[in-house]
Amino acid sequence: MTVIEVRNLRKAYGDTVAVRDVSFSVEAGEIFGILGPNGAGKTTTVESISGLRRPDGGTIRVLGRDPGDRSLRDDVGVQLQESGLPDKLTVREALDLYASFYPAPADWRALTRELGLGEKLSTPYAKLSGGQKQRLSIALALIGGPKIAILDELTTGLDPQARRDTWDLIEGVRDSGVTIVLVTHFMEEAERLCDRLAVIDRGQVVALDTPAGLIAGMDTEQRIRFRPSAPVDDALLEARPEVRAVIRHGAQIEVVGTGNLLHAVTSVLAVNEIIAADLRIEQASLDDAFVQLTGRSVKE
Amino acid sequence: MRVFAKLTLTEIKLFLREPIAAFFVLFFPTLLVVILGSIPSFREPSADLGGARVIDLYVGIAVALTLAMVAIQVTPAVLATYRERGVLRRLATTPVSPLKLLGAQLAMFGLAAIASTALVLAVGRLAFDVRLADNFPAFVLAFLLTAAGTLAIGIFVAAVVPSGKAGNSVGTILFFPLMFFAGLWTPREVMPEVLQRIADFTPLGAGERALNEAMTGGWPNLLSATVLLGYVVVFGFAAVRSFRWS
Ligand SMILES: Nc1ncnc2c1ncn2[C@@H]1O[C@H](COP(=O)(O)OP(=O)(O)O)[C@@H](O)[C@H]1O
Ligand SMILES: [Mg+2]
Repeated sequence: MTVIEVRNLRKAYGDTVAVRDVSFSVEAGEIFGILGPNGAGKTTTVESISGLRRPDGGTIRVLGRDPGDRSLRDDVGVQLQESGLPDKLTVREALDLYASFYPAPADWRALTRELGLGEKLSTPYAKLSGGQKQRLSIALALIGGPKIAILDELTTGLDPQARRDTWDLIEGVRDSGVTIVLVTHFMEEAERLCDRLAVIDRGQVVALDTPAGLIAGMDTEQRIRFRPSAPVDDALLEARPEVRAVIRHGAQIEVVGTGNLLHAVTSVLAVNEIIAADLRIEQASLDDAFVQLTGRSVKE
Repeated sequence: MRVFAKLTLTEIKLFLREPIAAFFVLFFPTLLVVILGSIPSFREPSADLGGARVIDLYVGIAVALTLAMVAIQVTPAVLATYRERGVLRRLATTPVSPLKLLGAQLAMFGLAAIASTALVLAVGRLAFDVRLADNFPAFVLAFLLTAAGTLAIGIFVAAVVPSGKAGNSVGTILFFPLMFFAGLWTPREVMPEVLQRIADFTPLGAGERALNEAMTGGWPNLLSATVLLGYVVVFGFAAVRSFRWS
């Protein structure tokens, strides 16, 4: 079931075209990633989906409704990239207040425990660290018990441990049946969490696939090195279309190729009952896929 | 309604957690009355003031001061900070309209102004025998007109300033001349004629005059009432036109 449908979205701020032409759809229960460099138009896209911005062109349907439909606010939780709370509002007060906005709120005590905010309930917003503010922001996006959660730059500002904890939390939320739209410029996050990804660059979708699909779809080379347990005939490997070259380094063999190279190599070895020791893969990452798609690194 | 009450209560708590602002709104006007009332000559009827005492005038001026603190000093800073911080934006993603938060803020400011005014009147009455004449409805009318006129200005400032800091600065810059015309330093009755004429067209000058008239048993004069309504209409309209949520 499609829960979000975006067709030819377009949005400009004066002369700046933030979103040129973006289309995708999000299926119920998936974690859908929107990946792109800074300024690509990710925030503008999700703010349009959230009903905070009125698009200049295209159509958006969320749960079959127009994003401006106020009844959607009960069903869609949003964590905005830039939004704060009053300095002196405590964590407990914020959660309690925001929970009162919704007809069927989630249990905010459980939520704060999962987010590691349990100790901070009496702390005023201004005294929270960046990571704690971020986690509170996530809690507020989930507090209404949404069907869809839209999370913009979820883990920006978190330390690596907090980031991993947050990923676990997000997977837990998805497992409870919530559809998640995740804006990110972290490759690792996209690779780990997202079922499907839209790569956005300069206001346009340049690729739309699973993370594995994006990597496999590249025509960059991969390299596999191993030490065979018995002699291997190069020709056996070279016969596979994925393999471009076989290079000998003494007892080690290096296979260069594209596509699903690992599968090709291991199946040749398996058929010949050869075991590969010290197997190392220099695999292309989502990073490489990204550079190839957009012509630049996401870190720029 | 439950949400509105909860928002208002939250705003009250937040307001009380800013001790300096809370002090100036809630207690400073009363403190002013106490200090001036302690000066013996200010408790004597004065021929210059048509037989009134200085302290009689300052109770009305202290009420105007309360409204100036709330509407001109605090409102722009708080509202602009909420916008700058994205508090209003975040609210826009929930089922609760940001308008409700603005409403809750106004309710909180209204309650604070009423509490402070009640304290000024009570202390003025008990300590210095400054009496509200029997025309309480006229006082309420003058109070509401002054509150509405100054709040419209405060909200307009909040709408056009880029940040909470700027809101605070503009509020402070406006505060002193507006309070000058309300007679904080020289009561209207002893101002030169030309300054009185100017004061009549300023929001707090008109407000103080209306409050004073109501306290001495009359009704707010037509000019002051018209001037205050004018501020409500002009700045209210401009604020609605220019208010940005983010
Ligand atoms: N409110 C705004 N006014 C003007 N330009 C904006 C505004 N918001 C974003 N932009 C511009 O639109 C482009 C896309 O921004 P954004 O959607 O925030 O991208 P991302 O979230 O991918 O970093 C950028 O060039 C940005 O500078
Ligand atoms: Mg962004």
